[in-house]
Amino acid sequence: MTTQTTAPKTAGASAAADTSGLIGIPAPLGRALATGGGVLTVVSTFLAWTWTAEFPGDLTVYGYPGGLQVLVLVAGALTTLFGLASYGVKGLRWLVPAGADAALKFAALAAFAATWYTIVAISAQLGGLVNLEPGGYVAAAATLIALVGSLALPFERPEPDPIDPDDAGWEQFKHTASHHWQTVKAAFATGTPRPVRALPSYAEILIIVAVLAIALLVFTYGIGTEYDELFVGFLIVAGLGFAAVHRAGLIAQATEITSRHQNITVCGAFVAAACFPFTQSDDQYATLGVYILIFATVALGLNIVVGLAGLLDLGYVAFLGVGAYAAALVSGSPSSPFDVHFPFWAAVIVGALASLVFGVLIGAPTLRLRGDYLAIVTLGFGEIFRITANNLDGTSGPDLTNGSNGVSSIPDLKILGLDLGVQHDIGGFTIGRFANYFFLMLIITAVVVLVFRRSGDSRIGRAWVAIREDETAALAMGINGFRVKLIAFAVGATLAGLAGTVQAHVTYTVTPEQYLFAGTTPPNSAFLLAAVVLGGMGTIAGPLIGASLLFLIPNKLQFLGDYQLFAFGLALVLLMRFRPEGLIANRRRKLEFHEEAEAPTTLSKTGA
Amino acid sequence: MTTDTTTKDTAPGAPAPGTTILDARGVTMRFGGLTAVNGVDLTVGSGEIVGLIGPNGAGKTTFFNCLTGLYIPTEGEVRYKDKVLPAKSFKVTAAGVARTFQNIRLFGNMSVLENVLVGRHTRTKEGFWSAVLRGPGFHRAEKASRERALELLEFVGLAAKADHLARNLPYGEQRKLEIARALASEPGLLLLDEPTAGMNPQETRATEELVFAIRDKGIAVLVIEHDMRFIFNLCDRVAVLVQGEKLIEGDSATVQGDERVVAAYLGEPLANDPGAAEAAEVEAAEAAQASGADTTTDTAAGKENDR
Repeated sequence: MTTQTTAPKTAGASAAADTSGLIGIPAPLGRALATGGGVLTVVSTFLAWTWTAEFPGDLTVYGYPGGLQVLVLVAGALTTLFGLASYGVKGLRWLVPAGADAALKFAALAAFAATWYTIVAISAQLGGLVNLEPGGYVAAAATLIALVGSLALPFERPEPDPIDPDDAGWEQFKHTASHHWQTVKAAFATGTPRPVRALPSYAEILIIVAVLAIALLVFTYGIGTEYDELFVGFLIVAGLGFAAVHRAGLIAQATEITSRHQNITVCGAFVAAACFPFTQSDDQYATLGVYILIFATVALGLNIVVGLAGLLDLGYVAFLGVGAYAAALVSGSPSSPFDVHFPFWAAVIVGALASLVFGVLIGAPTLRLRGDYLAIVTLGFGEIFRITANNLDGTSGPDLTNGSNGVSSIPDLKILGLDLGVQHDIGGFTIGRFANYFFLMLIITAVVVLVFRRSGDSRIGRAWVAIREDETAALAMGINGFRVKLIAFAVGATLAGLAGTVQAHVTYTVTPEQYLFAGTTPPNSAFLLAAVVLGGMGTIAGPLIGASLLFLIPNKLQFLGDYQLFAFGLALVLLMRFRPEGLIANRRRKLEFHEEAEAPTTLSKTGA
Repeated sequence: MTTDTTTKDTAPGAPAPGTTILDARGVTMRFGGLTAVNGVDLTVGSGEIVGLIGPNGAGKTTFFNCLTGLYIPTEGEVRYKDKVLPAKSFKVTAAGVARTFQNIRLFGNMSVLENVLVGRHTRTKEGFWSAVLRGPGFHRAEKASRERALELLEFVGLAAKADHLARNLPYGEQRKLEIARALASEPGLLLLDEPTAGMNPQETRATEELVFAIRDKGIAVLVIEHDMRFIFNLCDRVAVLVQGEKLIEGDSATVQGDERVVAAYLGEPLANDPGAAEAAEVEAAEAAQASGADTTTDTAAGKENDR
């Protein structure tokens, strides 16, 4: 985001070359305050913040930060580093390729928000500010100083639009409000990062490894947060910290490096994901891991249908259900009418084929429709699947799915003599049941990622995108629209079915109520679509991150309770207003929505 | 203004000039009670540039849509190289008839190169499995497609912008890209629907050169246009469509001189002309002033010829 600074020398416009900060403190003092505040924040996390261990995380120990203090420590350290870098300290300049000031502001904001959230939470939970130890006051003051100091840093103010003197009061108010908002936005904006120096490829690969390690660390920390306050603190620090690192230009540089080594990055990401169970001491969080992975994989499959081919499918979860039911019926479960016990590879084929057939059967009549009509029809088919599964119980119809009780007691998988249902010890690490399934699911995810990447960047992928962009023109270019759409639909269905076969074994039971259109627990069709849209359509990382967030946030924030769906809707509305291209922007989409802001339009890499 | 209608030497591989490649017979298109195109016959020979003109709403684009399978003609048939064209637009493209659109229809969020690669769709076969498995055949085909697409971008002069998003190209270049995309399907006949609409004279001139260059590749061109200078410079033959019916067909001179064409564009004088009295007054005044022998009809015709 670049700000226009060529201020014409108009009479009375004092804004020309006005580069003061948001707060009227001299800039050098502000910088010193921000950096000093950062250092003090770091120090304060080693003090006790409260007197009792009643507040979760035990913030009573001197010299040993715990719980939320660790998060504040990270934010404080970031503030200090960016503060020092803004002085041009040698050896830290690589930290801020796009300028340090905006990054410093965000880091200080992160420290401030996390600390004050903690203070408020302590006071609220223990009954008043009395419960704070001096360390708490020090932290609060330090972060406030850092924030105030950072806000005093100079920035290039936007030129105010001249006010129409005929405007009524309300319009003038709107005008000035929008100008103030522009100013605040400019205060937190940053320049374009300088390009990465050419590094030897081993160094670049090391950087990728480091980036992935940090990502794994952050993710593992987030998934392992034990209480609500810690997770909220994590969201604050992770979100604002990411913004700070982004403003510093590091994200852009990392993206540049990873896009040079795409295959290594993808493989590395899978290795990092495979490391996740080894970081856990018990199976509790591996459970979350495997559910997230199922959800994310299905979302990625949906991304082929929605993101690439542009077919709005609101009944996608039915394909997951078909795969799960097919695998459950041939799993040797006592409630299955078929008395067979297929090995895993055969069950996978059965599940995937069943979904494929179901996908083609649904797709063939419906894909002749366009846009909204397709959405409505797929929504209907999704419900038909669930209700049919409910009715095939022997009374309303033939006994196939055991009705609303579902197919239960699905035995654990044995692959190559390895029982996935029991613990294994690998090199001193205990790998429990869910961790076993986590590894299995990771392979399925890898298959889906492979299919997505390869088909997306090929003749068929281009045909999908062409159909999405303009169906008439695509037809005129010789693309058999129906056939190409049916392939997308069938591929998406098959991949969901693949995930379903594993899901059936993970959950022991397959019931119709797991495959709703909308519910509070993912995966359901609405959440799947939300994960794709929220994460970023047409990207690989987008649905994975979107699914992780959509699964973790309701899971961790138990206090939301009944307001979960409300909060979810609100978050979605806000995101669509401020970042319509999703969290991870496909470069194409980014240009689509922010055309005027991003002038350079060269795409370095074709494909999604 | 010289009219260049002589057929230039065609490329060696092209069919002998003069053989009819597109033959539309009695094409009629009715939408309910409205007959948009009524019994139009049109032929295009190989290596020929044929123009199709007519006032707005004459049914030119509808006729185009009938040729390219977007509409199925109510009556009549369209033959391409002696085979009846199928009624699906993607099959028509595969058969060798490519088109552009009056209102540009690019794939805006794809890069320029990708747009042309989409045009290669009918000339490549790699399907889903090939894409996922990525055997040597896939890489070979992909490389060949890219080379061919870059050649075409070079041909229309967009090679430097291969990585840009199509939607960010300026208007004139979008038109060029649409032509390159159509050419990528290796057509024998290219249908251009108002290729110079909204262009300035320089751009129109460049488009003219481009169309000649396409013809020199041995591709026949059928073009709809409102820019008369462009049409009469370019085309070997011009057909005029008025209210869904073909009025006249012939070389530029014939069409330009035809009174019915003039009338179709400017309107005929009404039977009991409401302005006749005033016109007569003016006429009388003029006649008194100039004391010339010119009749009004002659002046009108003369003005028309000036166009």
